[in-house]
Amino acid sequence: MDFEIHPGLYNYAVVVMLMMAGLYIVITRGNLVKKIVGLNVFQASVFVLYITMGKIIGGTAPILEDGFKVYSNPLPHVLILTAIVVGVATTALGLALVVRIREAYGTIEEDEIQRQDESR
Amino acid sequence: MIAQFVSQHLPALQVVVPLIAAPVCVLLRRPTLSWLFALIVTWICFAMSIALLIRLESAGTIVYEMGGWPAPWGIEYRIGMTSAIVLVIVSGIGSVVMPYAKASVAAEIDPARHYLFYTCYLLCLCGLLGVVATGDAFNLFVFLEISSLSSYVLIGLGRDRRALTAAFQYLVMGTIGATSIVIGIGLLYLVTGSLNMADIAARLPEPGTNRTVLVAFAFLGLGAALKLALFPLHVWLPAAYTHAPSAVTAFLAATATKVGVYILLRFIFTVFGATFAFTTMPLDAMLLALAVAAMFVASAIAIFQNNVKRMLAYSSVAQIGYMVLGIGIATQAGVAAGLIHLFNHALMKGGLFMAIGCVFLRTGSVRLESMSGIARTMPWTMAAFVLGGLSLIGVPLTVGFISKLYLIRASFEAGLWPFGVLVVLSSLLAVAYIWRVVETAYFREPTAEAARATEAPLSMLLPTWVLIGACVYFGIDAELTVDTAFRAAAALMQANP
Repeated sequence: MDFEIHPGLYNYAVVVMLMMAGLYIVITRGNLVKKIVGLNVFQASVFVLYITMGKIIGGTAPILEDGFKVYSNPLPHVLILTAIVVGVATTALGLALVVRIREAYGTIEEDEIQRQDESR
Repeated sequence: MIAQFVSQHLPALQVVVPLIAAPVCVLLRRPTLSWLFALIVTWICFAMSIALLIRLESAGTIVYEMGGWPAPWGIEYRIGMTSAIVLVIVSGIGSVVMPYAKASVAAEIDPARHYLFYTCYLLCLCGLLGVVATGDAFNLFVFLEISSLSSYVLIGLGRDRRALTAAFQYLVMGTIGATSIVIGIGLLYLVTGSLNMADIAARLPEPGTNRTVLVAFAFLGLGAALKLALFPLHVWLPAAYTHAPSAVTAFLAATATKVGVYILLRFIFTVFGATFAFTTMPLDAMLLALAVAAMFVASAIAIFQNNVKRMLAYSSVAQIGYMVLGIGIATQAGVAAGLIHLFNHALMKGGLFMAIGCVFLRTGSVRLESMSGIARTMPWTMAAFVLGGLSLIGVPLTVGFISKLYLIRASFEAGLWPFGVLVVLSSLLAVAYIWRVVETAYFREPTAEAARATEAPLSMLLPTWVLIGACVYFGIDAELTVDTAFRAAAALMQANP
């Protein structure tokens, strides 16, 4: 794809790259905290996707004021506020589980945990 | 006046009551008090979903506008026949597991955490009911995450430390699934400018003309498949069900994956439409292939498990295959068969996990070897297990038979008879794994711990037998389930042809 012709697609290219990077971290990293970080990057890509689709070039925030005719769509932005809250909750719970796993196993490396489970 | 208020706002109250009750549970603190409160709330939810189902007899679809804002601006709750059935299953199982939970939770979870357990239980129930009741795509995601986050907590409360890693694994996969669903919803919003499912369906461009819709379909399908544990995306399920507390396993096994199936149905039929999903896209062929793989591979793995809970968990993956097979047949009879099995499987797997929970309470283990001769000391529990197992196999006079009968009939009617044959063959695998448990429990000499075990308390035995009894009752008198499922399937097929 030629992004010079479609500068409007720049954000979407970033979305795809972030999404794949996040997913790659989740799949390949054995460290549980890094997995959570990957999950966060993955979710952040979706935030960018939603915010981009609401944005209109030259548009302002939807506040009635003389001289402004073009407004960006606020709905996707508000939706993402909700999604961010969900993401924070997920991260908090994930990290809490990592703390408990560290207390129970003494490690947060996936392969180490697996070895301990098998040896029992 | 109160009666009128309740009846007017029934679809909203169904979801709002457990949502408000959950924080109240935190305030109550005392284990018995919070249990009693949660028990009453779940029973109220069950009564409300029954009332909704009864009201649907006269009204075609119940539409409720949240806060009085009309759709598509406001969030709309839309209860059709399919959602009404799933609501009854979820709240019904939720209310049956509650009395069971008291003794089981007391034995498995630290008393200081009981109120948190019941809080998360109510939140999970609220999320599952919300997913089913809502007609708004983004609202569906929010409720899905409410139910998922609380179920990660519930699973992590298991006694074994492996419960923590199972919960973590489920959290990672569940979040990927839910995020895929948001991506799909976002792409649909990009194309249609709406979040209301009925409105999206009306605004979608002609099938096959828009690539964004294809991508949205793929993401939504992936997300739903992860949530319903469709083979090969099921890897989170066995560990999660094995290490979760018994009451949680019984509740989640009977409800969470069913709601996943509902999400799939909802998006295929009422948003994208059957034509798009099955003609433009080859979803039916994919679902059929994955369903057959689930039926055989998961059942085969189940045969070699020495942990009975893990065995039943793999069996769940296989049984989900039957539901998806019904959807993949893509005729009204097929979808109806899938729905019948959705209802029936909730009853039997709920009952089976509850029976195993009784064994765990008395022997402290769910390993097959520790169940040797347990039928002598716990006859009622094991009798329930045998009946549930027979139902899983599909023996006549149990619900499993009804499910498989309609599945086979649907596949023959659709000209896909090999799938009917495969259903029968895969049932033979169920015979093998159920027989291993029956043989150990009935024909082996009792081990020391099995000999010391006594029958489970009535508070656990009774709910188990309620579900197992329902398995037999609906196996003999299947008119109600079959009739409702066929009407629901007809409504789904007509929703967006």
